[in-house]
Amino acid sequence: MTASEIVHLTARQLRSLFEEGRLSAEEIVSAYLERIRAYDRHVGAFLLVDEEGALQQARTLDERKARGEPLGPLAAVPVAIKDVLCTQGMRTTCASRILHNFVPPYDATVIRKLREADAVLIGKTNMDEFAMGSSTENSGFQITRNPWDLDRAPGGSSGGSAAAVAACFSPMALGSDTGGSIRQPAALCGVVGLKPTYGRVSRYGLVAFASSLDQVGPFAWDVPDTALLLQVIAGHDPMDSTSVEIEVPDYLATLDQPVGGLRIGVVREWLADGVDEQVAKAVEQAIDVYRALGAKIQDITLPHSKYGIPAYYIVAPAEASSNLARYDGVHYGYRAADYDDMVDMYCRTRAEGFGAEVKRRVMLGTYALSAGYYEAYYLKALKVRRVIREDFDRAFEQVDIVLGPTSPTPAFRLGERIDDPISMYLSDVYTVTANLAGIAGISIPCGFTADGLPVGLQLLAPPFEEERLLRAARMYERETNWHTRRPDLERVVAQFEAKQSASAG
Amino acid sequence: MALTKEEVEKVALLARLRLSPDELELMTTQLNKIVEYVEQLREVDTTDVEPLAHPLPVTNVFRRDEVRPSLPREEALRNAPDHDDEFFLVPPVLE
Amino acid sequence: MSTTTDVAPYTVVIGLEVHVQLLTQSKLFCACRNRFGDPPNTNVCPVCLGMPGVLPVMNRQAFELALRAAVALNCKIARFTKWDRKNYYYPDLPKNYQISQYDLPFSSDGYLEIPVEGGTKRVGIIRVHLEEDAGKLLHGEGGKRSQVDLNRAGTPLLEIVTRPDMNSPAEARTFLEELRLLLRYLEVSDCNMQEGSLRCDANINLHVHHNGEIIATPIVEVKNMNSFRAVERAMAYEMERQYEEWKRTGARLGEVPKETRGWDENRNITVSQRRKEEASDYRYFPEPDLVPVTVTEEELERVRESIGELPAQRRLRFISGYALPEYDARVIVEQGKKFADYFERVARGLEHAKNASNWMLQDVLRTLNERGWTIEEFPIAAEKLCDLIRRVERREVNTHAAREVFAEMLEGGGDPGEIIERKGLAMVSDEDALRQVVAAVLDKNPKVIEDFKKKKGKKRAQVAGFVRGLVMRETRGKADASLVEKLVNEMIVERAGVGFDS
Ligand SMILES: [Zn+2]
Repeated sequence: MTASEIVHLTARQLRSLFEEGRLSAEEIVSAYLERIRAYDRHVGAFLLVDEEGALQQARTLDERKARGEPLGPLAAVPVAIKDVLCTQGMRTTCASRILHNFVPPYDATVIRKLREADAVLIGKTNMDEFAMGSSTENSGFQITRNPWDLDRAPGGSSGGSAAAVAACFSPMALGSDTGGSIRQPAALCGVVGLKPTYGRVSRYGLVAFASSLDQVGPFAWDVPDTALLLQVIAGHDPMDSTSVEIEVPDYLATLDQPVGGLRIGVVREWLADGVDEQVAKAVEQAIDVYRALGAKIQDITLPHSKYGIPAYYIVAPAEASSNLARYDGVHYGYRAADYDDMVDMYCRTRAEGFGAEVKRRVMLGTYALSAGYYEAYYLKALKVRRVIREDFDRAFEQVDIVLGPTSPTPAFRLGERIDDPISMYLSDVYTVTANLAGIAGISIPCGFTADGLPVGLQLLAPPFEEERLLRAARMYERETNWHTRRPDLERVVAQFEAKQSASAG
Repeated sequence: MALTKEEVEKVALLARLRLSPDELELMTTQLNKIVEYVEQLREVDTTDVEPLAHPLPVTNVFRRDEVRPSLPREEALRNAPDHDDEFFLVPPVLE
Repeated sequence: MSTTTDVAPYTVVIGLEVHVQLLTQSKLFCACRNRFGDPPNTNVCPVCLGMPGVLPVMNRQAFELALRAAVALNCKIARFTKWDRKNYYYPDLPKNYQISQYDLPFSSDGYLEIPVEGGTKRVGIIRVHLEEDAGKLLHGEGGKRSQVDLNRAGTPLLEIVTRPDMNSPAEARTFLEELRLLLRYLEVSDCNMQEGSLRCDANINLHVHHNGEIIATPIVEVKNMNSFRAVERAMAYEMERQYEEWKRTGARLGEVPKETRGWDENRNITVSQRRKEEASDYRYFPEPDLVPVTVTEEELERVRESIGELPAQRRLRFISGYALPEYDARVIVEQGKKFADYFERVARGLEHAKNASNWMLQDVLRTLNERGWTIEEFPIAAEKLCDLIRRVERREVNTHAAREVFAEMLEGGGDPGEIIERKGLAMVSDEDALRQVVAAVLDKNPKVIEDFKKKKGKKRAQVAGFVRGLVMRETRGKADASLVEKLVNEMIVERAGVGFDS
C-alpha cells in the first residue's frame, strides 16, 4: 500500500490493517510523517511534530504485536493534539510566547487515555493563543491555512487540529471547544468535530481558557472514527471535580442503529438573517435528507440565542482573566528581560508574552469582574446564561435533536476579520450557546459551496446524550458522501503558489 | 457608559499588563466597542432568574485525605525562569 | 465592660481575624503532604504549583475538620456552600488567585465562651470559612532576589472572624487561648503561632466617653503579632496610642481611611504600614473548577455527636471531679479528646487521679513526643497503665522500678504484674533487711560520716542523698524510697553524733 493510500484511510481501517498484519505501525506512522513533511510547510497545522517519538512508539507497537500482546483500541493510529493539552516531556505552548518553552511534568488525563489506548501522538497542533479566536490567526507563532484553500482560515481556535485531519496529516485529532472551537473549524475544514457535554470528558491537563465552558473533543473524517476517539477519552476522572460519574455507553455498538422516530428541531432564526446563502442551502438539503429518512422535522425557536455571543463575551473573558493570571514569569514560561521591580516584572512579562486578542479578553474580563461592574456585567451574563439554557430545555421537551448550521459562513479569508473583533466573535454565533448551556454538539460535513469550500451541519443533543447525537449524525452520513471527500493538496498548493507569484509579479 | 483611558489604565494594572500609549488608545476604543456590544444583554428580562455559574447540577465532590508522592524538586523547578536549585527566585519583594 | 484602668475615659473594642492551619495529611486540593518544616519546594506538584491545566479536588477531611470547628464554635452551618476565587498577584500565590469563600461561607453567626473575672463572656463569631494557604516568601540577604517556597501553598486554612466583642487586651488573649484549646482538643489544628499554624490580625478602636457622648475612633488593623503575648501587648500599646491620637486630632470613625499598623516586637510599638494606593479589588467570582457542597441535617448530627463534651466543660470537670490542679487539667485537655479519654480511663481505676496526670504529662507525653506518636498509636493500653500506677499507689513497686516496667511494656507489651514478678522488681519494704543494707553501706564507706560531720546545712543533706543512692543501687532500685530515706537519716545521725541542723 502506498503512503498516499495509507493517509486516506480511516482510523478504523488503519487499526484493522495493523491488527491483521497487513500494515506495520511504522509504515503507518512513516506515511503520515512523509505527508506532513511534504505539505505542512504550506498548511502550518503543527507547532511540533514528534517524528522521533512517534516512530519510536510505532516500533514498540510492532514489537508488542509480534509478541502477541493485547493492543489498545487506537493501536497504531496517529492522533494530532491541540497544543492546549499538557503532554509530559513534550513542549506545550497554547500557541503563546508566554509558554514558548514550557514542558509539562505531567500528562493531561485525555493524553494518558490515548497512550493507554496505544494511539501514536504525532504532534502538537496550532491554535489561537490560549484558544481565544475563531481563525487560528491569533497564534503567537504561525498561521494555519485551510487545506481546501490556502488563502483562507481553517477556523479556530482548534484550526491546527481541524486542518491536520483535513490535510490527512493525521486520521484523528483532539481539540477543545469553549465557544465553538471544535465545531466551527470542523465545519470550515470539512471534517467531523464533536463537543461533548460539559463534564463528559476530563479537563485535567487541558490548559484552561474558560473553565465552565471548556471541553475536550475529537476530530475525524467520519462519525464512526469520531465515536471511537470519544469512547477513548470520555469518562469520569477523579482529578476533575467537574467530570461527571455517568457511565459511558458503547458508542460504536449502537452507532449504525438509526434513532427510531427521530424528531428534529430546526432553529429557524439560524437560517434567516446573517447566514450565508450557500450555507443555508446546504443545511436545507440536509434537512431534506432527514425528512426522507422518516425524521419528523419541526421548526423551533431559541429566542435568547442571539444573546449567546454577548453573554459569552462576559463569562469567558471573566474566567479567562483569572485563569491566565498564573502566566506571570515566576514559576514557568517567559519572563521579561528588563524590569524595575516585582510589579513591573509582571506587567512587562505579560505585555511581552501575550498577543493582542488575549490582552483584549483579559482586560475585558478584569473589567467585568471589577468593583462596581460585577453585577451589571458578570452577574447579568450568568442570568442570561440560565435563560439560554432554559431555551434548550424547552426545545428538548419537543425534539430529540436541534439542527442548524455550524457557522454562518464557509471559510473566510485570512486577515479578513482580524482587525474587527466583533465580526470575528460572530463566527461562533451558532455554536456558543451549546457551551453556555453545557450540552453536546457535533458538526458534520453537509456539502460544498460553489467555490469548493466545505459547509458544516450542526446537531445538538441534551446533556450526556452523545450516543443519540452520534447515531443521528451517522444516519445522515450513511446517506451522503461528503465525508469521503478530501482536498487535493497537490492541486491546492499549486493553485496557491501560482496566485502568490502572480500577485507578487 | 464609556470607558475612559484612565479607567482602562486602572484595569491594565489590575490585570498586570503594561500598555504602550498606542496600545492604550486602541484598547480603549476596542473595549468600548465590545462593552457597547454586550450592553444588549440589558434587553433580557432577568427578574427572578438565578445566575447560572456552572452548567452542572453536581455537588459534594471530594477526594480522600491521602498523601501521594510530590514532584522531585528538580522537576518542580525545571520550568522556572530563575531558581537557585531550592527556591523560585523573583525580584525583591518588600513586605 | 470597663477598661483596664478605672480612670481611662474610654472602652476599647477589639475584633480578631484568626487563620488556623488544619491537621490534614494532604493539602486542600492535591495529594502533597501538608507538613511544616520540610526542605523548600519538596511538597509540591503540578496542582499546587498552579501549572497550566491543573484542577483542584477538595480534601474531604479538610471540610470535615472545618465543620467540626464551626459546630464547636456554635456557628450556623450553611446547607449550601460554594468556593470563590479571590484574585490578586503575589509571588507566593502560584495561580495569582486564592480559592476562598466569599458570599456563601459554610458557617456563620457563632460564638465562643471565654472565662472573665466573675464568670464567662460570649465572643461572637461572624463567620468561619475554608480556604487555601499561600506559600512563603523569603527575603534573602543582599536583597537582590526574594525566594519562593511553595510547600505551604494550597494547604487548608480556616479563617475565623470574630465580632468586635473583646474589651481589653487580656480578653483578646484569653479568646485566643480558649480558641487554641478548642481547636487542639478537637484535633482541628495544633495552633502553633511560632510555626504559623495560628495567625492573628486584630481590628481595634476606642469608644471614648466625652461630655456625655460616646465617640468611636477610627479602626486600625494590627498585623505581625507572633505570639499571644504579642497580641496582648500590641493591643495595650495601641489602645493608649489611639487615645493620645484622639486627644490630639479628635478624628472619628469614618473620617480617615482605615490604617494598617504592624507590631514591632523589638521596639514594643506598632508602626504604620503605608500601602500602595492600588485599592485592592479582588474581583471575587464563583470558582468554576469546584462544585458546591451541601450539608444535610444527618451529617451535622453526626459531627455534633463526634464532638460531645467541649474542652472548657471537660477541663472544669477534671478540676472538680478528679481534683486535678488547673494546669494539669488544661494541658491534658489541650492534647486532644483522645488523650483526655485515655487519661480518664487510667484515672478512674486509681486512688488519686493526680497520679494518672503525673504519668500522663511526664512519661506518656514524653514518649509520644520522642516517637512522634499520637495517643492512638501508644502501645500501652490505658487499663495496663492504670494497673501499673495502682501498684505504685499500693506500694507494691516504687516509682523507679515502675519506670522500668513502663519501658518494658512500651517495647514488648506484657502485663505489669508479670513483669514485676519476672524481673524481681517488687518493692523491698522489710525494715530490718533494709536497715542491714544501710549499715553495710555505711561500713563500706566510712568517709561518709566524716564528710557529714565536716559539712553544714544543705551539704549534709547532699551526703545523705549520696548514701540513699548507694542503698538504692544495692537494692537494684527496688527499695521503698521513703523508708530508705528515714533509715539513712536515722543511722547517719546516730553514727555521726550530730544532727542535720546543728
Ligand atoms: Zn501539590
